Amino acid sequence: MSLFELPILPMSATSAAGGCASGGCATGGCASGGCSTARPDQASETSRREFLKTATTLTLGAMSLTLLPGAMAGDESSSAATPPGGGHPPAKKPMYGFLIDTTKCTGAGKCLTACRVENSVPEGQARTWVERYVHFKDGRVEVELVPEIGYAASGEPQPEAEDVLRAYFVPKLCNQCVDAPCNQVCPVHASIKSPEGIELVDADRCIGCGYCVQACPYGIRYMNHETNVADKCNWCYHRVMRNEQPACVEACPTGARVFGRIDDPDSEISKRLATLPTGVLRQHLGTLPLTRYVGLTDEVT
Amino acid sequence: MEYHALHDAPFVFPNDAHPAWSIMIVIYPYITGMVAGAFVVSTMYHVFHREALRPVARLAVVASLCLGACATLPLLLHLHQPLRALNVVATPSPSSAMAGFGFIYSFYMLVLLVDVWLLFRPAIVERAHFAPGPWKNVYRVLALGVLEITPRAAEIDRKLIHALSVIGIPAACILHGYVGFLFGAIKANPWWSTALMPVIFLTSAVVSGIAVLTLLYLFLCRSSRMEPDEECMRSLSRLLWMFLVLAVTFEVAELLHVAYEREEEWYVIRELLVTKLRFSYLTLQVLIGGLLPLLILPIPAFTGVASAAFRRACTGVAAVLVLVQVAAMRWNVVVGGQLFSKSFRGFVDYPVTWLGREGLLAAAVVLAMPMLLLWGAMKLLPVWPPNPESDSGVKA
Repeated sequence: MSLFELPILPMSATSAAGGCASGGCATGGCASGGCSTARPDQASETSRREFLKTATTLTLGAMSLTLLPGAMAGDESSSAATPPGGGHPPAKKPMYGFLIDTTKCTGAGKCLTACRVENSVPEGQARTWVERYVHFKDGRVEVELVPEIGYAASGEPQPEAEDVLRAYFVPKLCNQCVDAPCNQVCPVHASIKSPEGIELVDADRCIGCGYCVQACPYGIRYMNHETNVADKCNWCYHRVMRNEQPACVEACPTGARVFGRIDDPDSEISKRLATLPTGVLRQHLGTLPLTRYVGLTDEVT
Repeated sequence: MEYHALHDAPFVFPNDAHPAWSIMIVIYPYITGMVAGAFVVSTMYHVFHREALRPVARLAVVASLCLGACATLPLLLHLHQPLRALNVVATPSPSSAMAGFGFIYSFYMLVLLVDVWLLFRPAIVERAHFAPGPWKNVYRVLALGVLEITPRAAEIDRKLIHALSVIGIPAACILHGYVGFLFGAIKANPWWSTALMPVIFLTSAVVSGIAVLTLLYLFLCRSSRMEPDEECMRSLSRLLWMFLVLAVTFEVAELLHVAYEREEEWYVIRELLVTKLRFSYLTLQVLIGGLLPLLILPIPAFTGVASAAFRRACTGVAAVLVLVQVAAMRWNVVVGGQLFSKSFRGFVDYPVTWLGREGLLAAAVVLAMPMLLLWGAMKLLPVWPPNPESDSGVKA
């Protein structure tokens, strides 16, 4: 029986009629045996006690629910995880992963526009971005941000080819950490993890304290200056729940972004993870990211 | 990460361009620190029986209450969704350090409120009988309807005050140590992430509490043409010096530790200190606010040189410098920690604004509010200790 199915005792009605709370005895008689001879004041006393008992149970129950780790979040996320089109929930929740292949990214910027449009990301803030790393022969490493129109179309002055040792692009997005610091620090359960392991923000619960923004080691979170709540990449959870790919993955022209089920050995991401050496960002922090990178160098932070 | 990376080719993550925490988050630990520090001074008298501090013992506890009453204001002003503020206590997440604030703060304020009430109960009851006109009713309400104090009640009050003061010491330590923990537990930020942070915050809190109390005492004595008690001033100077030694030691130890270990984050922290925080850290926090009062305070604390007025002036100047030091420390921690990008490859600016909910003007109002409250409280309650012969059994 859930908390909300517990009977609510009509104290005032039973007291006034001199009946008891066990039903069927509103006229003063009682079919439930033990209290058939109860005096009206005694019955009233009993119902008041019952009411207090129930009220105490409800209050303590509600309090304990708020104190259970992730209890509130669990309710929401499970309801959000109902499979598209209804039907029976799957026996086991799918586990998703994200693979970034830096050797394939060309800095086209299509993913950036797709993300901004799909998720209404305000100007000046980003759920995902692409960094360009240039290693020079003299040991310098330069990093710059790829604009949405793409690196090639940006008209940025190119370094002299003979000075460059190597250059590559690194797309960034939420790492969906298994042990997410942003989730840990949220004081009000507004950072919640879906059953599929995707970190979400409950915009209706967020108080806008910004603690999660500080706690994310990857700079992914931001205070959305249009909605005034915390915001972040959620791997397009709404699309994933419709069995669609995240917008950035769909828009990527080179297949540098791979998304899929990591619990399915036949999925593309599982096959590539099985064959390619991959790494994660800032492994030493112990956040256990689900976003993995091919071709990650020490310079990438 | 090398030096040139921060200068020749700075790179900032897009979401790091605007610091998420404003000057209000600087003020929050500043006020909370004074709350804890002022209370510690009052316990020096009520628990540890430092008789020299009797003149400021009541003032300390009332000042602590007034400061505490305003401690949540900067947080409310900072929240992007202030109407949801009570979610922190309604649906707290046990894994979050911040979720503890409501409970720790409420507990501490309850202890403080009851402590103040018991401490001033004799005066309130007396005024409930003899105050003129409508004030009598105000004091009757403040007395909660109990208009006489029997010797037995006075004895119970005395014991309760002692007990609450004892409880208040760890409560004050937890309150402010916890504020430090909020920063120290953020592993994403190497400028914050240190186990020493709660201790650093706690010692600087005590320092700021003593300093603000010293200045209040000097100001109130001057405005009411009273001569400040010489022993009290000496005792305050000693306390201030002692806790300042601890505060500076912990702060410097932390920095030396990071500098000596030279892990990857050191390069960005070093650049932060010599560029963005050169004035606020090296000049204000270390030299002017830290070392200078450490040199000045021994004069009034341990010597009898020159006149009492000169020594008082030394204490006053040192107290002002210490308040500057603690304010600089809060700024350097809160704002300084957001001036470098999590890319560790570039810096950002903190735009200081005058107007707006999180502007300097609002900050000045928030800082002035406790003083206004204290002014009001002093109209209602006698913060100066009663004469020993009129003392009604409760230790003043």
